Amino acid sequence: MPGAHGPVTLVADAGFAVERGQTLALLGESGCGKSVTALAIAGLLPEGARVTGRISLHGQDIAGLDEKRMQRLRGARIAMVFQNPRASLDPLMTIGDQIGEVLALHSDTPGRERKARATQLLVEVGIADPALVLNTRPHELSGGMCQRVAIAMAIASQPDVLIADEPTTALDTTVQRQILDLLRDVQARLGMALVLITHDLGVVADAADRVAVLYAGQVVERASVQALFDSPAHPYTSALLAAVPRLDPLQKRFAGIGGQVPAPSAMPQGCRFAPRCPAAMERCVTPPPQVQRAGGGMARCWLGEVAQ
Amino acid sequence: MSDEPLLSVRDLVKDYALPGLLPSWLKGAAKRRVLHGVSFDIPAGRTLGLVGESGSGKSTTGRAIMGLTRASGGSVRLAGRELTGLNARQWRGMRREMQMVFQDPAASLHPQMSIGASLHETLAANHPALTRGDRQERIAALMERIGLPPEMLARAPGQFSGGQLQRIAIARALSVEPRLILADEPVSALDTSVQAQVLNLLRDLQAERGLALLFIAHDLAVVRQMSDRIAVMYHGHIVELADSADLVRRPAHPYTRGLLAAIPRSHPDQPRAHVSAVPMGEAAVSQGCAYAAQCPIATPHCRDEAPAWREVAAGHHAACHLA
Repeated sequence: MPGAHGPVTLVADAGFAVERGQTLALLGESGCGKSVTALAIAGLLPEGARVTGRISLHGQDIAGLDEKRMQRLRGARIAMVFQNPRASLDPLMTIGDQIGEVLALHSDTPGRERKARATQLLVEVGIADPALVLNTRPHELSGGMCQRVAIAMAIASQPDVLIADEPTTALDTTVQRQILDLLRDVQARLGMALVLITHDLGVVADAADRVAVLYAGQVVERASVQALFDSPAHPYTSALLAAVPRLDPLQKRFAGIGGQVPAPSAMPQGCRFAPRCPAAMERCVTPPPQVQRAGGGMARCWLGEVAQ
Repeated sequence: MSDEPLLSVRDLVKDYALPGLLPSWLKGAAKRRVLHGVSFDIPAGRTLGLVGESGSGKSTTGRAIMGLTRASGGSVRLAGRELTGLNARQWRGMRREMQMVFQDPAASLHPQMSIGASLHETLAANHPALTRGDRQERIAALMERIGLPPEMLARAPGQFSGGQLQRIAIARALSVEPRLILADEPVSALDTSVQAQVLNLLRDLQAERGLALLFIAHDLAVVRQMSDRIAVMYHGHIVELADSADLVRRPAHPYTRGLLAAIPRSHPDQPRAHVSAVPMGEAAVSQGCAYAAQCPIATPHCRDEAPAWREVAAGHHAACHLA
């Protein structure tokens, strides 16, 4: 990305794969590069940004597609849902017109069938009174309802991949729960791959099959959700798990992580987590290897090398 | 007097006038009640957690206590002194006793002023008798206590991380040596790994100084960890109030049970709690229970008659016919 003092690298080495019907969580704290990664996949990065590496869909590299072909792909094969559903809906158009527009752009639904299809989509996302909602505008709906509508629009073209960027972060706990259930339900029905971007380990435990943990622009650990919670291999993952306040019993101390994420312009040469890592050693000043874990995971850490 | 709680809130009511072109004689009727008689006590040195979802009235309760919005009815007493109805000048004297910490520390600090200047200003306004040297000393000691080098006082808020800024906001609140701190979502804008520093600091400082704390948040786990007792709010009502361990282990109100069930599980092995698919929306305005329209176990009786506030177990109160 262009910066005031020359180009800045926001994300380096973010590698992961997700299968049909599977949910991959991209877990990370603010500034780790998770949203940039998602926007790169969808080809939505601002002009001037440079993406290198491979992004493939069904084995076909889409990183180098021109804007016109990318536009066709986006919406039809890859759809996105954002944190703030109200911002992704047009405030002046009725819900029915907005869904109709998506159907016109990204599906072969004939004009006269679009209204029926829009109604059906709203039913699919759990809206009890679709006829009423079709004629409303976003400001008349609650945040949770807007997110349901945004999901309906995202699945209108039956995409292969749905990228959901913090889809429940702005919602109340009880509504978050309903939206997570809905995403799981819709995914199972359509067999989509779901990339769930979140900072919340609870959301990961609830919804993910596999997890990629991002720290300072790198994937530092990849694992199944089970392995991640049972035996985290990267010290950052362990620290993050320990930092979550528990509902019960009472904790004497909260275990945080000291220090801060390094700025993109001041990345450490070696391991990026080393300055905050309780297990840092001398060799952490050189870039750590990606150590494969049993069961298909990976941890970018010298500790794994030592263990082998 | 010694048995009296430090803060005592009784039947606190807040109405907002509905905007519109109503004739003045009708204006009185066109109002929306956002607090329906909220009552609780906080003894000196203790923490009450106030938990609820957006629109529950938890922040409005905090603002009404602090005099940032005028209560429409009820009473707020701090160490026996009635606060509702104080004028602006009388309030200035009370700010020394009660301080507030907000969700966004950057918004509560002047962006162009150095942190040091902001801290001096707060202290000078609340303790005009202190000399500049006294203030300097107190501020330096606080910076050390929150773990930031005193050189940082010369910096502007933009040069700090969110976690550092929230620690500074806490230091500023403490500098005037209040007896009560009201913290409204103090960690919800912070990353999980940073929350811990702020929560540990708040807890330690509270113990060291015998502060009372009103801790307002939507995250039930954080509230449970920080509070001696928890009040659960729903649409302007306190629906349940109990010791924090008791509340999360033996919730009596169906709304509290729903909130607990909605918390994402903390490990993939845990079963997903069943959450009833009752549509969420405005609470029905009726003479009955405010939660009845959404309650999975409501009976016709719940829609007809508002439940009384009663003790369902020792020290555990709830407003529910079925608790």
